[in-house]
Amino acid sequence: MTSLLPNTPRRWAVALLAVALLALPPAAQALGEPFYISLVSRVLVFALAAMSLDLILGFGGLVCFGHAMFVGVGAYVVGILAHHAAEETLLLGLLPGTASGWIAWPLAMLCAGALAAAVGFVSLRTKGVHFIMITLAFAQMAYFFFVSLRAYGGDDGLSLAARSTFSGLVSLRDKVSFYYVALGVLAVVGLLLWRVTGSRFGMVLQGAKANERRMVHIGFPVFRYRLAAFALAGAVAGLAGALLANQANFVSPAMMHWTRSGEIIVMVILGGMGTLVGPVVGAFVFLLLEEALSGWTEHWQVVFGPALLLAVIYARQGLYGLLPVRESAR
Amino acid sequence: MTRPLIKVTGLCKSFGALRATDNLDLDIREGEIHALIGPNGAGKSTLVAQLAGELRSDAGRVEFQCRDVTALPPPERVALGLVRSFQITSVFREFSALANVALAVQARQGHSFRFWRGALADPLLTEPARRCLEQVGLGARAETPAARLSYGEQRQLEIAMALATGPKLLLLDEPLAGMGREDSAVIVELLGSLRGRHTMLLIEHDMDAVFSLADRISVLVYGRAVATGTPDAIRRDPDVQRAYLGEEAHAGEFFHA
Repeated sequence: MTSLLPNTPRRWAVALLAVALLALPPAAQALGEPFYISLVSRVLVFALAAMSLDLILGFGGLVCFGHAMFVGVGAYVVGILAHHAAEETLLLGLLPGTASGWIAWPLAMLCAGALAAAVGFVSLRTKGVHFIMITLAFAQMAYFFFVSLRAYGGDDGLSLAARSTFSGLVSLRDKVSFYYVALGVLAVVGLLLWRVTGSRFGMVLQGAKANERRMVHIGFPVFRYRLAAFALAGAVAGLAGALLANQANFVSPAMMHWTRSGEIIVMVILGGMGTLVGPVVGAFVFLLLEEALSGWTEHWQVVFGPALLLAVIYARQGLYGLLPVRESAR
Repeated sequence: MTRPLIKVTGLCKSFGALRATDNLDLDIREGEIHALIGPNGAGKSTLVAQLAGELRSDAGRVEFQCRDVTALPPPERVALGLVRSFQITSVFREFSALANVALAVQARQGHSFRFWRGALADPLLTEPARRCLEQVGLGARAETPAARLSYGEQRQLEIAMALATGPKLLLLDEPLAGMGREDSAVIVELLGSLRGRHTMLLIEHDMDAVFSLADRISVLVYGRAVATGTPDAIRRDPDVQRAYLGEEAHAGEFFHA
């Protein structure tokens, strides 16, 4: 009965997306348009950030308006460690820097995850609009913290002294290599999160979104599960930050500006909340549209805004969410 | 006399000047179906919320199985076997009936920090969940999303979820609310079939159901239990008649039943 071919529209979409993404670098080079490799690399990084937000926003119903803060912190961890490694100075007079991705990337996840745990510990005690505002407030605090951090460039940001190294296994200076690393990370994280959302943990998260009161009265202390999801989402966003630092070769407070957080939310909603694939689609549409429109006019947001509005009105479940879950009956 | 499963002493709860629960004493014995009746606004739903841990009591003490649970949060009460159902159907509407009950089963199987294995493919969850669904008569509707169940079926699901948590004491807040005669009969039969296996505190306005199911009845008026006794004793109690007749004109119906 089982066939190797996809059997639902959504699975077809995922399969086609995967093939297209795998084939993009050779295709772009064949067409003499290597620019698309870096453009889509950037999309993949934001797709990862949006996917991590989907865990708490789409599955957990938690509208975090500060997600860019975790991306930014992940990026700064990589940037700061590389800076100290290049200058051969000690971080806080204690720790040597490093350009090794084996160390810096997990550390980026750890720091962003720990920050998310702390932020979540406070903000998850609130709900609705208050939750949105308090996560925004934390993100603003993080933003201004890095703006005032003169040692690391403050407002101007910090050039990445060196790309992360992986024991000579892969060089992120090479566009194509970076592209496939980003794609691989996205695929692996996507698979992991897919398992997580269907697991017992994921059921608790979704149950708490659907009916928190009932969850409490069938015996779930929902706070701790939400906090764990929040920390996990923060850690994955930190990983996206580590990638972003390498992609842009630069870190700056602008990465965690509140408009960035808003853009990540838009990507999730545009693509389809609670689907994991949707945010990837959303990141594509958002960033490619931004690219195309900004090349056409300086006031691209005048066109972009209404387009988003239409998408949200006519595709409430997002673009990917428009596809039926099951094969339509014949 | 069997020892009380839950012992409530001097319980109070005020909302501003309104004393919703006023120095209330109540014992529920192991194994009984104990009905709580009273006119609207007598404080029945407030009491359920206090017993379930949703509302903090101003004063008084709740002992469950000889353990002071007055300050315990709801999930910990559920773990001890003190479980409520809801008057307004409170299910996970997008989940299938099976998933609704599986989630309740999951709650009693230790922590849920399990991130890998698919929950709905786990027989440790789905098999007990199916048994609960069959127990309430929803066996054939397991895969149907809760939102697409009929109102009566949703009420059955509500009870299945409470059962799935492995309750010792079920706090049933108007399980027949809004149901027609036929659907009501299904639930009454279901509750009767659970007699002896679960102790129940039944809050209900349907007096036929109350008098046919209850082993004992307590009458709540202005947050106080004015009388507790067997259905016959309650019918004859002059305090009850006065309290009820003073409050609601139609209340006479059950005294002459």
